Amino acid sequence: MRIACPFCGERENGEFTYLGDASPKRPNFAVDGGESPERVEDAFHDYVYLRDNLAGVMREYWYHGGGCRSWLVAERNTVTHEFVSVTAAPGAGAALAARAGE
Amino acid sequence: MSGYSQSEPLARTAREEANIRTAVTSASQSHRLPGDGMIDRRSPLRFSFDGKAMTGFAGDTLASALVANGVKLVARSFKYHRPRGIVTAGSEEPSALVEMRTGARREPNTRATTQELYDGLIANSQNRWPSLRHDLMSINQLFAPIFVAGFYYKTFMWPAKFWESIYEPMIRRAAGLGKSAELPDPDHYDKAWAHCDVLVVGGGPAGLSAALAAGRAGSRVILVEEDTLLGGRLLGDGGEIDGMDAREWLRSTTRELVSLPNVRIMTRTALFGVYDGGTYAALERVSDNVAMPDRHQVRQRLWRIVARRSVVTAGAIERPIVFPGNDRPGVMMASAVRTYVNRFAALPGKRVALFTNNDDGWRTAEIIQRAGAHIVAVIDPRREVPAQHRRLVDTYDLRVLAGVVSDVKGGVDGVRSIVVTNDRNGQTQRVETDCLAVSGGWNPNVGLSCFHRGKPIWREDIAAFVPGGAPKGMATAGAANGELSLGACLRDGHSAGAKAAAECGAAGKPGEASKADEEGYGIAPLWHVKGKGKAFVDFQHDVTASDVTLAQREGFESVEHLKRYTTLGMATDQGKTSNINGLAIMAEATGRTIPETGTTIYRPPYAPVAIGAIAGHHRDENFHAWRLTPSHHWAAKQGAVFVDTGLWKRAQWYPLAGEKDWLESVSREVLAVRNGVGFCDVSTLGKVDVRGADAGVFLDRVYINAFSSLAVGKARYGLMLREDGIVYDDGTTSRLAEDHYFLTTTTAKAGLVMQHLEFCRQVLFPDLDVQLTSATDQWAQFSIAGPNARKLLQDLVDPSEDLTNEGFPFMGAREVKLRGGVIARLFRISFSGEMAFEISVPARYGAAMAENLMIAGKPYGVTPYGTEALGVMRIEKGHVAGPELNGTTTADDLGLGKMMSKKKDFIGRVMAGREALIAPNRQVVVGVKPTDKARRLRSGAHVVPKGETPGPKTDQGYVTSVCFSPVLDQWIGLGLVERGRERIGEIVRIHDPLRSEDYEAEICSPVFYDPEGVRQRG
Repeated sequence: MRIACPFCGERENGEFTYLGDASPKRPNFAVDGGESPERVEDAFHDYVYLRDNLAGVMREYWYHGGGCRSWLVAERNTVTHEFVSVTAAPGAGAALAARAGE
Repeated sequence: MSGYSQSEPLARTAREEANIRTAVTSASQSHRLPGDGMIDRRSPLRFSFDGKAMTGFAGDTLASALVANGVKLVARSFKYHRPRGIVTAGSEEPSALVEMRTGARREPNTRATTQELYDGLIANSQNRWPSLRHDLMSINQLFAPIFVAGFYYKTFMWPAKFWESIYEPMIRRAAGLGKSAELPDPDHYDKAWAHCDVLVVGGGPAGLSAALAAGRAGSRVILVEEDTLLGGRLLGDGGEIDGMDAREWLRSTTRELVSLPNVRIMTRTALFGVYDGGTYAALERVSDNVAMPDRHQVRQRLWRIVARRSVVTAGAIERPIVFPGNDRPGVMMASAVRTYVNRFAALPGKRVALFTNNDDGWRTAEIIQRAGAHIVAVIDPRREVPAQHRRLVDTYDLRVLAGVVSDVKGGVDGVRSIVVTNDRNGQTQRVETDCLAVSGGWNPNVGLSCFHRGKPIWREDIAAFVPGGAPKGMATAGAANGELSLGACLRDGHSAGAKAAAECGAAGKPGEASKADEEGYGIAPLWHVKGKGKAFVDFQHDVTASDVTLAQREGFESVEHLKRYTTLGMATDQGKTSNINGLAIMAEATGRTIPETGTTIYRPPYAPVAIGAIAGHHRDENFHAWRLTPSHHWAAKQGAVFVDTGLWKRAQWYPLAGEKDWLESVSREVLAVRNGVGFCDVSTLGKVDVRGADAGVFLDRVYINAFSSLAVGKARYGLMLREDGIVYDDGTTSRLAEDHYFLTTTTAKAGLVMQHLEFCRQVLFPDLDVQLTSATDQWAQFSIAGPNARKLLQDLVDPSEDLTNEGFPFMGAREVKLRGGVIARLFRISFSGEMAFEISVPARYGAAMAENLMIAGKPYGVTPYGTEALGVMRIEKGHVAGPELNGTTTADDLGLGKMMSKKKDFIGRVMAGREALIAPNRQVVVGVKPTDKARRLRSGAHVVPKGETPGPKTDQGYVTSVCFSPVLDQWIGLGLVERGRERIGEIVRIHDPLRSEDYEAEICSPVFYDPEGVRQRG
């Protein structure tokens, strides 16, 4: 399997670590923000435990630990292992971008 | 780029020629033909088979040399110990498996047909006793009726306990293949990567055409060929291409390919796997053609080839016909007979009979006659001589019999006669022969195209499966694609090569395809000739036609069930010659068509791959990479004993002369620290530089406790949770500047914590201004601990540095200048419970630091200590480590619940509050000490209430970490015990069923030593 890292180019999958579904978003509640503890706990429960198991194109987190240490969001077909797209996570390569802007 | 050279016969003088011929005769190669072949008669080679000395020539395979020496019997079969000979001339060989070499290099199940001959080759037959000719185990044949498909399951069912002790060893002795070496493999195996635009798999006419087209167009081409020579079927069949002899065409094509710098030719390299994204695996047999690899050369090399496009031109495999006696030595594939004659100048028989149901098989008749041997009969069930072969029949006055071969007579030395039955009138006749050439048609090699769960499709006109598509980026061409004429192979290969090159953006011209006859290929499918006697489908696993029909009668009709019930196609040849015949017989038995019956799933590897090649250099001490601490070599010089901690090698203890065991050394080290001063390399802890305006906020979110409030110049112990509320990791983090923290992790989780922190930064909190840099390898870090630690350190730092409690109090952290000017980072932290510092210097100064600590510490009796003493002191102090941070414990379980901030959100905060994670009956960390002070406490032992019977219902936890405490003079430990903190002082039962131990212990505070922490504040 080959993964096209947006920073490093196409690399062998041994350089990457798979995390899983990129859809769940970490709930954002202010501490003592007035939300009921049950609602907060339910939201975190869903975030931590509930995942879809798709046969088809899925958004996934991959970590390029053997390369640039960027977290990537890949669209991958779980049936064919084909990568539809690979993009950087929002905070990946920030230093690079900042340096480029200087 | 390529080192490939096709051997070309050089000009010889007539005298040389004569000498060689004489040598041949004297070498008793009774079946060697005078023609040239592709062997080098100036290089005779000696070899032995079953102890008998023989000769062959360079260019021979072991099989062709045996053929030339008139040897027919080469093996005994797997189950029935039937005599077997050589069936094919290629990698699909099911029968002629031998044991190669001796001693540590002994290798079982080597196909004689792919083993190149070399001088001094030693091969032995396998699965026979006492000898190949007189194999006592052939008595199995008499019991054949019980050795049917599934007999293991039916016969050896009960009593169940007999299976392991009696049945299995007995079966394994009776049925089997060769024996592997029992010594470590003395050879090396390599792994390598290669990249190209177009990968061409198979160097026959189609593959050569494809490589040439793609190479001319300018693509980077790799051509892999499992054989020693390029040419594929051209080597056995000859023919005419572009108006020249096929061998001449082969030479000129090879020359052109070799001249192209963008084409790489890899012979002796078998492609065995197709993986995602255009990655392919191939095995190069680098030194299998010599007795032992040259110095510094590898035996085999595993290639991973990344190709943008591939063209699979892997050819086709001729399939046998299933008829009684079809496994006798001397029954050989028709194409193999041609190959032995044309390529190797070796004659498999002097009176050859040919049994074919298709036009291609007839070519064997012509080649045998031209070689000067005799075709005694051609048996073809089709009753009509193919048009293109009528002249052949007339020229040689061939005896053509309409019908089928219904039996084969002979002994261990092979075929003596065959019975031909006219399948219309049932009349039989006997034909004397010493070699029966058989052709049941050709099966395109669809395996590689089906490795991604592709299903082949049936083509009625050639009675064979062809690829029904291919993995992305792959095209199939030539015979592998069902093109069975030479002309079509050349055309198809050329166009596939040109197309692949164009898809890779090559702009050059692929040139014209070479031309040859596109002769027709007529076939009337014939799978099975019924009759008395065993008719074999799978020669290697001894599966007969009646096993297949038995499986059908017993309900194993699906091909996948058929395969597993009969073991059809499950031997080392993976059914290359047997699968299609097996499913055709099943189709007939069930009244379905062959495509309805379908094929089993194709999986890699296509050819056997030695485990050694897959392991490569990753064996013994190189099984995984090592990481050495900066003071490793210094520690080795001190005689340290090392322990593997993940990839790291850490000093475990430093034995002194006269010490009787590890415990004595470790206790000495502990007491030296507690009473004086010691130091330990702790560079293996993960280290992360955290910088940025939001660094403090970031750490607040990843740790349960606050770091934004930490003063510059201070260190703090931090605990991280997973998002599900379980403890993930711990370590000390120091604030070196307003926007700069230095974070440490445990040794074990260093990499994972870095990954986790990057996830938090890049994915969860991308808005924070923070950057992370792994600094584990950049800093050598030493713990300096003991009442004299400060005195020692004072001698190392610049005199201007104030290390007093006022100038540098407990939990202080700052840069210091060492004598000589090196800037170090100093932390006043303690894992041992003594007054202690940790000092970080750039890694290159690590060894010098260890030496300087020894020099500066000499007046104080400084003692280097290892991970064992470190562990003893942390247990004495009740510090948790890996055994307690075990992926099931919460912060409160560890006694650290109070650290959890209530004022901020952090990873794991919400889920840590779940009911079960805050339940009052959780197992929490406590101290455990046996009531009998002489008792040795063992980790893993269970904690049970006193007086209760141990069991799942009474189990209340277990002992996690133990040590012998030299200051307390007894074994102590930490444990996870239900409601442990409420039970201090309670006597419990310690039950250790693994070691059959049972004793009592007292639950106590986990802090055994200096509970007030006076010493560390020094």
